[in-house]
This record gives sequence, C-alpha cells and structure tokens, in this order.
Amino acid sequence: MKIVVCIKQVPDTTEIRIDPVTNTLIRAGVPSIINPADMNAIEAAVQLKEKHGGHITVVTMGPPQAAKALRYALSMGADEAILVSDRTFGGSDTYATSYILSQTLKKIGNFDLIFCGKQAIDGDTGQVGPELAEHMGISQVTFVSGLEMSGEKISAVRSLEDVSETVEASLPVVITVMDELNTPRYPEISRMVKAYATEITVWGVDAFEAIDKTKIGLKGSPTSVKKTFAHAIEKENMEITGESDEAKAAVMVQYLKTIL
Amino acid sequence: MKSEVWVYTELGYDKSIKKVSRELLSAAARLAEKTEEELVAVIFGYEIEKESSEIARYADKVIMIDDRRFNYYGTERYTDAFTKLIRKYKPSTILIGATANGRDLAPRVACRMGTGLTADCTGLDIDEESGKVAWIRPAFGGKLMATILCPDRYPQIGTIRPGVFEKTELPEKNGKIIHETFDDTAPEVRVVHLDFQEKKLENIVNLSEAEFIVSGGRGVGGKEGFEKLKELADVLGGSIGASRAAVDSGWIGHEYQVGQTGQSVKPKVYFACGISGAVQHTVAITKSDIIVAINQDKNADVFKVADYKIIGDLHTVIPALTKEIKQLKLKKENQ
Repeated sequence: MKIVVCIKQVPDTTEIRIDPVTNTLIRAGVPSIINPADMNAIEAAVQLKEKHGGHITVVTMGPPQAAKALRYALSMGADEAILVSDRTFGGSDTYATSYILSQTLKKIGNFDLIFCGKQAIDGDTGQVGPELAEHMGISQVTFVSGLEMSGEKISAVRSLEDVSETVEASLPVVITVMDELNTPRYPEISRMVKAYATEITVWGVDAFEAIDKTKIGLKGSPTSVKKTFAHAIEKENMEITGESDEAKAAVMVQYLKTIL
Repeated sequence: MKSEVWVYTELGYDKSIKKVSRELLSAAARLAEKTEEELVAVIFGYEIEKESSEIARYADKVIMIDDRRFNYYGTERYTDAFTKLIRKYKPSTILIGATANGRDLAPRVACRMGTGLTADCTGLDIDEESGKVAWIRPAFGGKLMATILCPDRYPQIGTIRPGVFEKTELPEKNGKIIHETFDDTAPEVRVVHLDFQEKKLENIVNLSEAEFIVSGGRGVGGKEGFEKLKELADVLGGSIGASRAAVDSGWIGHEYQVGQTGQSVKPKVYFACGISGAVQHTVAITKSDIIVAINQDKNADVFKVADYKIIGDLHTVIPALTKEIKQLKLKKENQ
C-alpha cells in the first residue's frame, strides 16, 4: 500500500502577537511547528503501515526551512520525504496550493491513500484536502475520527456536529483527519538519527513538466487578501468589589438577578 | 434577468433544516437587497416537499432536487448536482454554512468551478471599490482579521460560521419552487454512507445554543476545578465550556472548547473563569449578552471584553456564586 501524507509547517499561532501600532503580525521569534492535525495524519499513516505494510511518502509545500517538518515526519515513521518549493509558488491560496500538490501527487503516482490534517491553524480553511481530491478527480472522506482498513476498502467515521457518520470508501481516497483519531507518537532516538541522514527530495516548478503556470502562486489564486486588521474589542467594564471573594459573588448575583 | 445570490440549505441527518441555513437566509437577504439580486435557496434531499415549502417563504426562488439518491449527503453526487446547477443558473454568489458537510462540499464545488472560496467567514459586506462581496474572516487563530475578495471569477463562494448571523424576521417572499432532476449518467459513487451513530451523550455539547456558559481556563488548575464550574452551570441550567489551554492540559474534553473554528457562542451570561483571554477565545464570545470575567491577574486580557470583572480566586468565587444563585432560585420559587 502506498500512502502519501501532506503536511504544513505553520507558525505556532499561540505565540503570535500583533504589533499594536501597525496591526501586523510579529513573526520574529515565533517557532515553526508541524500543523497539529497533520501530526495526527502522519500518525494515522504510520499505524496503517504497521498493521498492513506499505510505504509512506510525506510531502510539504513551503520554503526550504520546511525540510525540518519533513525530517520530523521521517522520524515518526515515514519512508520518504518531498519538499515542493519554488519562489513562483509563493502567495498561493488554497486553490493554487492544492493544484500544485495535485501535480506532486501525479508525479509520485500509484498512491492508495492520501492523508491530510482537517485544517491548518494558521489559515484555518480546511480546504486544501478536498480541493486536492477534486484536482485529481478522486474521492474524499473529511473530518475523520475513526479509521479501519478492510481489504481494498477503508471504513471511516466522520465527526459531524451532532452525530457521527460511518462511510465506506474505495481507494484511492483523500482522508482528512481530526485530532480525536489518534495520539501522535514521540519519535525514537534511533529513527531521529536516521531521519537526519535521509536525503530530502526537492521539487521546484521545473520538476513538473505539465504544470499550468497560470494556476500557481499569487497570480494563479482566485482569492486575494484585500486587507488585514487586528480584532480590537475593548469594552468599558464594571469591577465588582467587596471585602472577600464571597462578598464579591453576592454583589455579582445582585446585578444578574433579573436574568437568572 | 437578475443575477442570483444562493444559499445552500443543509439538512441534518434527521432532515431538519440546519440552523445555520436559516441564519444564512437572513444574511443573504440583506446582501441581495444591497446588490439588487434575487435570493435563491438550493436544497437537496429526498421527500423534502415540506422543507422546500418552508424555505420558499423567505426566498425569491427555491431550486430543489428531491431524489432517493440524495437522501444522505455525499460529496460526489452533491458536488455533481451543485456544479451542474451553477452552470445552468450562473449565480454571482453562494453562501454555505461552515458545518462539517458544508466544508466538505464547498471546496469541491469551488475547485470544480475554478473559482475562489473563503472559509469560515464571520462577516459579509460589499467592497465599495469593486462591488464584489467582501468576505471577512479570522486568520492566525483569530489574532488577525482579513477581508478576502474573489476579484475576477464566478461564482464568489464562502462558507459562513454558524452562530454569526442572527435569524432575523424575514419578509415573506413566497418564492416559486423549481424541481430539478439529476440525470442517471452520473459516475458511480465511491464513498458509501453506511450509518449514523448518535454521539455519546456526554460528548454532545451544544455550546452555541446554551443560555448560560461557565467556562474555565488554565486558572482552573485541573479536573477537580471543573467540577466546581459544573456545579454552577447546573444551577443555571447551562453548560460548562473551556479555553484551549484547559483542553490541551487534558482537564476537559475538546467538545467543550470555546473558540475553536466553527464555534461561536451567544449565551445570556458567559462566565470566563481563570481564562487569560487569547484572541481566538474572546472573538468567539463577544456575542454573549453579558460577560463576567473572574481572574486573579488584574491585567488579564479577558477583562477587555468583560462587562463585569471580578479580581479574585475562582476557587472561592465560583462556589460562592453557586450558593448565592441557589438561594436566589429558592426564593423565587417560594414567592
């Protein structure tokens, strides 16, 4: 079985601050991490491989530094890593990104399963997985919180708002996973050492002979960011005072009395 | 002929119209009024005469596919049908609820049409310069807001976060219902629906509908701390909630997390207990009627969005609130 995992290196959004003067992100000193849900995607692939055998290729699109994310995926149990990196890919929205990834998948060829995280914590769109499936003309199962392989089919539990849905999918299929699916493992030291010795394949735009250059980068993106602004909400508030915490609670309840 | 703004009307597993679809009808009605377009609802399902008539009251037109094969949502058939209808009717704009299935369908549809899609929007406007829809959404975990345009492709599509738009009283339009059929030559379905399972009771947390939410963060200190919060929530007939920090610490299940994508709350009272006030959390609670923040740190960011601030130890304040409210309720009952 041939499995591909698509991952993204993201800034740790919990560490990002906004410059109060310019209203822009302060990125300096913000650590880069593997998008959390993509960790679950890697884990899902490694678990399937352990049970049923197979080969895992991990793919990311990003700047050269994203190689670090790939090495971590290798140390978790992936066999091969491909970095898709080119200046002309910069500024791609989800449509362009998924198009470039679909070209990558076509070049890899013969895959059975493609895993993605359900969404990334920086863009929060969750669109690249389904758009990747669409560009390749294959099916998808999204928001997966349970997974089992039986023969040539995969049965998956999708987590909807109020119910779970079980579906059965033929291969190949794109699967986007939720964090409930599993707990990502910590890599063993021996695997980490091996991962650092593994060569990472780098594909730039020239690696894709048939790529349509009108569909990549900023120019190939149907959406554009008109502006960004900080979400400033500051209210006048009333401080509840009292001699003790109990007294404050009593005052508070007086204020809320009519609506409780 | 007038161009059209579409609302995808999503049916739940029990065929009820999703709340977000009603919210979107309100939002789209305002948008269509500004752009002088027709408001059209699109609905797929099986034996859905009743549901179609209901939404027809508030739309200029309903396009419906009533077909056994559409009984349950499935990516492939729904995408095929939706894109065929888009090609036929050429809507300018499509709003889809940012539910699990909405976020499954929208990217397939947008991608097949070669157009842009803006995810999980929390605001909608018209860009004055271009006349296009300005899709407003949080990015970077809510730390920044962005206005997104789809400048030169159609249709303009966005998924909209549930709970963002109010279901307002809509003018009755009594639109006509158009029955569309789905041709049989569609390719075979490769993902098959097997069944639905009710989620375990303790896992269903309908925070978006709760009237009272008692929410805890890092300051709660552990699982035991949440029991105190639960007691207060029970007295109020509400639900407990949590910040990401508390969920990540393993003190409470992630289904209680307020501020994750797709989850806004609007209770009568929101108690933020020991929550520092990361933006992704505060953004999600601003629709609350009243926010009460309890924190020992007088400089906590959460106070910026609060109506009432209590500087104190939640481990004392919360049980005291519970006790006071219990007494108040008893008094009310005896009156």
